[in-house]
Amino acid sequence: MSAVGQDIEKLVKREYKEGFYTEIDSDTFPPGLDENVVRAISRKKEEPEFMLEWRLKAFRRWQRMEEPRWAHLRFPKIDYQSISYFSAPKGERPKSLDEVDPKLLETYEKLGIPLEEQKALAGVAVDAVFDSVSVATTFREKLADAGVIFCPISEALQEYPELVREYIGGVVPAADNYFAALNSAVFSDGSFVYIPKGVRCPMELSTYFRINEMNTGQFERTLIVAEEGSYVSYLEGCTAPMRDENQLHAAVVELVAKENAQIKYSTVQNWYPGDEQGRGGVYNLVTKRGACRGANSKISWTQIETGSAITQKYPSVVLEGDNSIGEFYSVALTNNMQQADTGTKMIHVGKNTRSTIISKGISASRGQNTYRGLVKIVKGADNARNYSRCDSLLIGNHCGAHTFPYLESKNPSARIEHEATTSKISEDQLFYCMQRGLNEEDAVSLIVNGFCKEVFRELPMEFAVEARKLLEISLEGAVG
Amino acid sequence: MLSIDNLHVRIDGKAILKGIDLDVGSGEVHAIMGPNGSGKSTLANVLAGRENFDVTQGEVKYLGEDLLALPSDERACKGVFLAFQYPVEIPGVSNVYLLKAAVNARRKYHGEKAIAAGEFLKLVKEKVKMVDMKEEFLQRAVNEGFSGGEKKRNEIFQMAVLEPTLAILDETDSGLDIDAMKIVADGVNALRREDRSMIVVTHYQRLLDYIVPDRVHVLADGRIVKFGDKNLALELEKEGYGWIRDRLEREPGAATR
Ligand SMILES: Nc1ncnc2c1ncn2[C@@H]1O[C@H](COP(=O)(O)OP(=O)(O)O)[C@@H](O)[C@H]1O
Ligand SMILES: [Mg+2]
Repeated sequence: MSAVGQDIEKLVKREYKEGFYTEIDSDTFPPGLDENVVRAISRKKEEPEFMLEWRLKAFRRWQRMEEPRWAHLRFPKIDYQSISYFSAPKGERPKSLDEVDPKLLETYEKLGIPLEEQKALAGVAVDAVFDSVSVATTFREKLADAGVIFCPISEALQEYPELVREYIGGVVPAADNYFAALNSAVFSDGSFVYIPKGVRCPMELSTYFRINEMNTGQFERTLIVAEEGSYVSYLEGCTAPMRDENQLHAAVVELVAKENAQIKYSTVQNWYPGDEQGRGGVYNLVTKRGACRGANSKISWTQIETGSAITQKYPSVVLEGDNSIGEFYSVALTNNMQQADTGTKMIHVGKNTRSTIISKGISASRGQNTYRGLVKIVKGADNARNYSRCDSLLIGNHCGAHTFPYLESKNPSARIEHEATTSKISEDQLFYCMQRGLNEEDAVSLIVNGFCKEVFRELPMEFAVEARKLLEISLEGAVG
Repeated sequence: MLSIDNLHVRIDGKAILKGIDLDVGSGEVHAIMGPNGSGKSTLANVLAGRENFDVTQGEVKYLGEDLLALPSDERACKGVFLAFQYPVEIPGVSNVYLLKAAVNARRKYHGEKAIAAGEFLKLVKEKVKMVDMKEEFLQRAVNEGFSGGEKKRNEIFQMAVLEPTLAILDETDSGLDIDAMKIVADGVNALRREDRSMIVVTHYQRLLDYIVPDRVHVLADGRIVKFGDKNLALELEKEGYGWIRDRLEREPGAATR
C-alpha cells in the first residue's frame, strides 16, 4: 500500500472520549432471564396489570423465536442468560433536578449534556436515561404549557396508562421480530412523547442514553405520537464506557403521525465501538418504525451511526395515509472491526405516497458496512414514488461496502429510481487539499464531511455541528 | 527563491527526471516547455510534495530551506502553490469551504488567528471577479461538474486568494479557448510581484504571448535540454519538438544544458 494509504489507516484510529465509567451504587438484577425477571421489572416500575400481561405474552413468543442471522454481520452467539436485565442507580427516582445524584449530573456534564436548565442548550429538552432508568427530564414545565407530554415511558405508564396502551405495539408489534419481542418483554425505560392536535412542539426533544453497568443490557422503548397537524423534532444520543465485554442494546422506537402531522427523528449513535482488535463494544440491534397514519403526514429518519461493534437497524416508514412522505437519511461509519448492516424499509400503502432514501456508508480500516433497504409498493398505492441513493466511501484497502436494495412493486404506476456509487478517498483528493495547506487529518475529514453533506443538512442545527465533530473524532488519531 | 540541483526522480522504479538543474530568482517568471511525457508534471508535483515520487538524487532549496524534507501541507503553508493540470473534484465541499480551511491552515501555521468571516467573504468576492466568475461559483462543490475552463480558472482564483510566494502553473492553458486563456493570463500577470516567483509549465508557446517569461527551459526525457530567453519559445513554436527527439536519438543520454 502507498504511504498515503498507510497514513489514512493511522488516521482513522480514534480515541473514544465517552468511555469512562461512573462509580455509583446501583441496584442491578443478577444475570439471567425468565418469567420472574419479566415480572420483577414490571413490579419495579409499578406498572399497570395490562403491561405485565403484554410483557409476558411477548416473552413467551420470544422463547419460541430464533435469533436472526441473515444480516451481513459476524458476531458470536449472544448468551441471554449472562446479561442483567435491570440496573438503576440506587434510591428513589428523583422528583426534581436538585435530588439527582451529583455524580450523575457530572456524568452528563462530561458527556456534554448539562441537565441543569440554565446550562443546557437553549431550545432543547433532554430526557437522560442511565442504564435502565430515566434519571432526569428537563424543561418539562415549559413543554407542559404547550400541552406536550415528554417523560420517561415508565412514568407515562403510571400517569397516562390509557394513552400508552392505545399506541404501544401498534407500529412494532410485540413479536415483530426476535429483538423486538425481547425488548417488549424486558424494556425498562425510554421516552414517551405526545404532541396534541395542532401543536408545534416549541423545543427540540432529545433523549440521551447511557449504558454504565457491566454485563447490563439496555432495552429502551420510545413512543412518539403526533396528533393531527402537529410537529415535533426529536433526537437521541447514546454512549457507553469502554469494556472488553460486549454489551447488548436492543431498543424499539415507534412513531405515529396522524393527518398533516410531521415527525423528524434524528439519531446520533456513538455507543462504544470496541477496540482496534474488535474486543468489546455494543451490539446495537434495534427496531425503529414509523407509521404515517394520516393523509399528508411525514416522517423523516436521520441517523449518524458512528459507534457500536455491531449495528443492525432499519428505521422504516409505513406510508398509510394518502400523500404521506417518508424519508431516511443515513451516515454509517465503520472503523477498525466495526460492522453495520443498516438501511430502511419504505412501505407504500396510500396513494401518491413518496419516499426518499439517502444512505452514506463510510468504511475504514477493517470495517464492514452494508446498506440493506426495501421499497415496497402495494397494489392500491397508486402513483407512489421513491428515490434512493446509496453511496459508499472506502478508506484504506481492508474494509468493505455492500449494498442490497430490494424492490417489491405491485403497482405499475410506481416510479422508482435507485442510484448507487462506491468511491475511495483518492490520493489525488488528499494531495489537492494538502497542497492547499490542510494537514492530512483535516483533509480526510473535509472530504468525508463533503461526502455526508446531504445527510448532515437534515439534522437539526444544534446537532449538525456535533455530528460533524463526532465524525471528525471518529476519523481522528495520531498522524504519523 | 528556488534552486533545484541535479534532481533525479523515479516513479515505480522508472527514472522520470534525470538530473534537473533550475534556479528561479525572486520575482522571476520561468517557463517550462516540452513534449508530452517529458516530465513537466512530475517536476511540478515533486516540488509541491506529492508522495510516491522517489527522489533518488539531488536537492531542492526553497528560501534557503530543504524543500524536499517538508510535507506538502507545510510547503503550502510556506507559500508554495501548485495550479494542477487536472484539478480533482471534491463532492459536497464548497469552494469557499475549502478555501477558508486553506487560509486558516496557513494562518494557524504562522501562529495567527483564524480569519473573520466578513473579512474572508470580502476577500473571495473581490478575487472571484478577477477570474470573471459569478459569486455562485463560490458555493459550488470544488471542481464538481466544472467545465475544463472553469477548473483552470478556479485554480487561478485559489492562487489569487492564497497569495503564494512560489506559484507553479501546470498547463493551466491547456484546453482553454483564447478568451479563457486571456483571463488566466491576466490573472497571472496581476499577481506578478517582486517577491513572488512563478514557474509556468506549458505545452504550447501561445500562453507566452500573454505571460512574458524571464527564462524558458525545454524539458525532454527528464532533462532540461535547452534554455534561453523568451525568444526560445518562439523558436520552438516554429520548429516543433521534433528536433529534440532527433537529437536524443542521435546521442542518447547526451542532452546538454
Ligand atoms: N503516477 C505515475 N505512475 C507511473 N508513471 C507515471 C506517473 N506519473 C507520470 N508517469 C510517467 O512519467 C512520465 C512523465 O510524465 P509527466 O510528468 O506527466 O509528463 P508531462 O507533464 O511532461 O506530460 C511519463 O512517461 C508518465 O507516463
Ligand atoms: Mg503534464
